[in-house]
Amino acid sequence: MIPAAFEYAHASSVDEASKLLSKFGEDAKVLAGGHSLIPLMRLRLAQPAALVDINGIKELDNISERGGKLHIGALTRHVTIQNSSVVKDKLPLLAEIAGEVGDNQVRNMGTMGGVIAHADAAGDYPTLALMLDADVVTNQRTIHARDFFKDLFTTSLGPDEIVTEVVFPVANGPHKYIKFRRRLFDWAIVGVAAQKMNGDWRIGLTNVGPTPVRATAVEEALHKGAKPEEAALHASDGLDPSGDLRASPEYKKHLARVLTKRAIQQAQQ
Amino acid sequence: MAVTQLVGAKVHRREDPRLITGHGHFIDDFTRTGAAYATFVRSPLAHARIKSIDVTDAAKAPGVVGVYTARDFKGQLAGTHPAAPAFVAEKKYVPERFPIAEKEVTYQGEIVAVVLAESRGQAADAANLIQVEYDELPAVMDVEKAMQSGSPKAHEGAADNICWDLTYTGPEVSDAAFKEADVVVKERILQNRVAPVPMEPRGVLAEYEGFDKKLTIWMSSQNPHFIRLFVSGSMGLKESQVRVISPDVGGGFGSKISPYPEDYLVPALSRIAERPVKWIETRTESIQNATHGRGQYYDVEVAAKKDGTLLGMRMTQFLDVGAYVGTFSAFQACACLMAGGAYKWKGISARTVGVLTNRVPTDPYRGAGRPEATHLVERMVDLVALELKMDPVEIRRKNFIQPQEFPFTQNFGLVVDSGDYDKALDRALELVGYEELRKKQAELRKQGRYLGIGISTWIELCGFGPSAATAPATGGIALVESAQVRVTPTGAVLVYTGTHSHGQGHETTFPQIVADQLGVPYDSIELRHGDTAEGTSFGYGTYGSRSLAVGGVAISRATGKVIDKGKKLAAHMLEAAEEDIVFEHGSFHVKGSPDKAKAFGEVAFASYGMNLPQGMEQGLEAVAYFDPPNLVWPFGTHIAVVEIDAETGHAQLQKYVAVDDCGNIINPMIVDGQIHGGAVQGIAQALYEEVVYDEETGQLKTGTMIDYMLPSIGEIPPLILDHTVTPSPTNELGVKGIGEAGTIAASAAVINAICDALSPLGIKHVDMPASPDKLWHMMKEAGK
Ligand SMILES: Cc1cc2nc3c(=O)[nH]c(=O)nc-3n(C[C@H](O)[C@H](O)[C@H](O)COP(=O)(O)OP(=O)(O)OC[C@H]3O[C@@H](n4cnc5c(N)ncnc54)[C@H](O)[C@@H]3O)c2cc1C
Repeated sequence: MIPAAFEYAHASSVDEASKLLSKFGEDAKVLAGGHSLIPLMRLRLAQPAALVDINGIKELDNISERGGKLHIGALTRHVTIQNSSVVKDKLPLLAEIAGEVGDNQVRNMGTMGGVIAHADAAGDYPTLALMLDADVVTNQRTIHARDFFKDLFTTSLGPDEIVTEVVFPVANGPHKYIKFRRRLFDWAIVGVAAQKMNGDWRIGLTNVGPTPVRATAVEEALHKGAKPEEAALHASDGLDPSGDLRASPEYKKHLARVLTKRAIQQAQQ
Repeated sequence: MAVTQLVGAKVHRREDPRLITGHGHFIDDFTRTGAAYATFVRSPLAHARIKSIDVTDAAKAPGVVGVYTARDFKGQLAGTHPAAPAFVAEKKYVPERFPIAEKEVTYQGEIVAVVLAESRGQAADAANLIQVEYDELPAVMDVEKAMQSGSPKAHEGAADNICWDLTYTGPEVSDAAFKEADVVVKERILQNRVAPVPMEPRGVLAEYEGFDKKLTIWMSSQNPHFIRLFVSGSMGLKESQVRVISPDVGGGFGSKISPYPEDYLVPALSRIAERPVKWIETRTESIQNATHGRGQYYDVEVAAKKDGTLLGMRMTQFLDVGAYVGTFSAFQACACLMAGGAYKWKGISARTVGVLTNRVPTDPYRGAGRPEATHLVERMVDLVALELKMDPVEIRRKNFIQPQEFPFTQNFGLVVDSGDYDKALDRALELVGYEELRKKQAELRKQGRYLGIGISTWIELCGFGPSAATAPATGGIALVESAQVRVTPTGAVLVYTGTHSHGQGHETTFPQIVADQLGVPYDSIELRHGDTAEGTSFGYGTYGSRSLAVGGVAISRATGKVIDKGKKLAAHMLEAAEEDIVFEHGSFHVKGSPDKAKAFGEVAFASYGMNLPQGMEQGLEAVAYFDPPNLVWPFGTHIAVVEIDAETGHAQLQKYVAVDDCGNIINPMIVDGQIHGGAVQGIAQALYEEVVYDEETGQLKTGTMIDYMLPSIGEIPPLILDHTVTPSPTNELGVKGIGEAGTIAASAAVINAICDALSPLGIKHVDMPASPDKLWHMMKEAGK
């Protein structure tokens, strides 16, 4: 598993990274934790002509709370998010989710920006970003999460655009993420996030379609006073998941309903 | 004098500090000056005719030394791939196999070309430039359909897809039993195809020295002497011109026993290109091309009396051979001979059918045939118990071969050397808390929860093996074992074995045996293996839990010969009669006068001197071969406790107890390690692992570790282990094998637990792997 040859450049600032990207042109890619990109390159499913390594851009590895918002720098590693007292205090659901991404090796290397930009259907942060109306900030603009995830592995990022941070609302009410997987280090077969915020529930689903899904029908039912088990029946409304080796479409929809019920119930405990 | 007994002690593995600190030497740690790197171009299709291969662009790519196709190897390699008779001597159809395809490809991954380049990256780049034009042919993927007369053929032009069809015992053998029966239960039982996935994939580094006509091969093998035999034969070299070195090997599980196409092609390339050639398998290549295990289904019927007495069995094994016949593939038919398990039967009718498909060949994989037999018989016994509303423990006890009945000649004439099956079962039931669990199960059932308890009272035949049984099965070479023990003038003891350690801890256990026998410090003894240039003239490798029960005994006998010579010399030195010399605690002394003594080291030193008895040659060393009179027969009981989530179908293994009996134990820590690894492999087959191909196109869908579901430590509860000790009467060490026991036992325990859990829904049988999706669907159907 030898990747195709590529150019490599190391950037020390966002500016420099952006210049390097335009220099190398369309086939250049940002290298963050490398835990999605490098496996793809080894299988030669990705063959970028050049990599611009952003691991040296210290200001992107940063967590802060400003003006009622939680700012997570793009280069913040999963392990940092998982252990951050700021995150645990302001958006504990995010710390919980970070603790369930992959295994130790993945959590030591993988980054917030990498997951968001990579936009794998089974990525965990995109679900949270979407359901909480987070903002993805780049070196050029701010993009609402609902406008960001376009399709499988497809976002609205331009070729020389670099994610600099993801801005979440503060929410520390009842919450739960249930990630159904068969192995400790696996991606979600289906994931469900539940967060109570400003008196209402936000429900997000992972890996039930090409992009993360916000289960608005469940949210509405709960808003109207439905019990969790009733509301959860709507979790599969409008879903058309593709099947894979781990789960048939039918099973994924079933899991979406069961896990939604459990997530809401457990959040309330 | 401090007397230590090393046999039976938890001696820490000698190999661990080296391996854990990165000081091991695995195949990729080796290189030779001037080595070129090979990348193989493999068929993306399961079945196709090769129309043309265009290497023009690849040949011009940077760093390329050469690009080679089948014709380049025609004068280099002779003959076809070996397919040993193993347990099926008469095969109907063995497709010819040249290591590289010329006209037709018959599985995805079959080699069609190879690129040699200055670096691995350049070889990989150039391989992508080779253009192969194929005419796609229908892929034969389903074993049952492949047996029908109109089926497409796995090989064009073949009469059919039947590789073998052998009836060991016809229906008449079980007729009487079935006539007597009060109940007959029937089931079709699947054995999912699994990939061995050793932590270290395969690799070959070959250096042919043209002037000397000497070939050295470094490779990751369980079986270096057999590789030397096969490769020298194919390359037209004498065995003495070839040296095979198999250094530290990161696991094999059977997949590194047989020779592979690359094992021939890389040495041939070295001869063609006149430089060392190196190839390291990628993980995807490993999952795609290393021989797979299992891949079978069984049609089984069992007849029993109302009181639970087992009477007869009729079983047919349908085995997916793959596109070619793996060298020891037919060994897997031993599942038929072991189908009776730990029980007494009036008659067993058994037939095996080997079917060719367009998948990678199957070959022995940890347990090979014996896990399948255990799975089948333990499932069937549970089905009879369910039918008769008997406790699964009770039906087992009722039918066990009893301790006083050993040696017991079973239905196929094999002689089970020893056993005490109730004892292991009792201990396992106690450890798991069986009575309590049954109460808990009843309670949980009332709450709509599904707890299951699965029992597997397994037995095994291993320690291959007696010459009379093995020489016909390999095509002539008896799988006995040899050893050499050499004592240097200063008393260092070198022990050479023909077995090969790739995780079994031989470097630790074998010196333990020798240390006790010689009474010398453990640290003065070193085990050597894995290099055909050292030790005895032939070694037989490691598989089939044979290393201790055959190789260990050979070592012990060679050590005995060394002591015998030492006694003669000591008698001479002490001016006493040889009969009066006693050897104890590392010292030779005259009977009745312990102070008239010579330490082992003194005798060793003297053996290299001049004052020897008349006619004695210098030196202190000996060779021994051990041809065991029988196989050895380990056994035990494994119990799995599983709870199935009523809503998601997720089966969670809550508790796992294993009580195993491998006779005398040399090192309990290593035995536990073998059970851990083996049981987890069986659990993995039951719950997670399966090689999946597209049933239409024959494309492999599980070519990475993300898709091929190896479980991790997170899914396995701590295993609760214990042992009973029933020494084997077959060898003087009283030992049996333990390397495969865990795998042989485990899948049946887990699946029996799942079936037990789901029995209130009327579900009787579940096939492997029991994924949540599958169980949820079954539960939903049953609930309707
Ligand atoms: C075994 C394993 C299990 C895993 N399990 C999970 C899981 O359960 N859940 C989960 O969410 N993830 C999982 N992952 C993925 C992991 O979280 C990755 O780290 C993540 O998807 C990508 O982050 P990265 O920093 O490694 O990005 P990289 O691999 O470096 O990059 C990924 C992609 O994003 C682009 N990119 C990265 N950073 C930026 C940026 N700042 N601006 C613009 N583009 C950028 C790159 O160009 C590339 O295209 C797993 C990975 C592995 C290997």
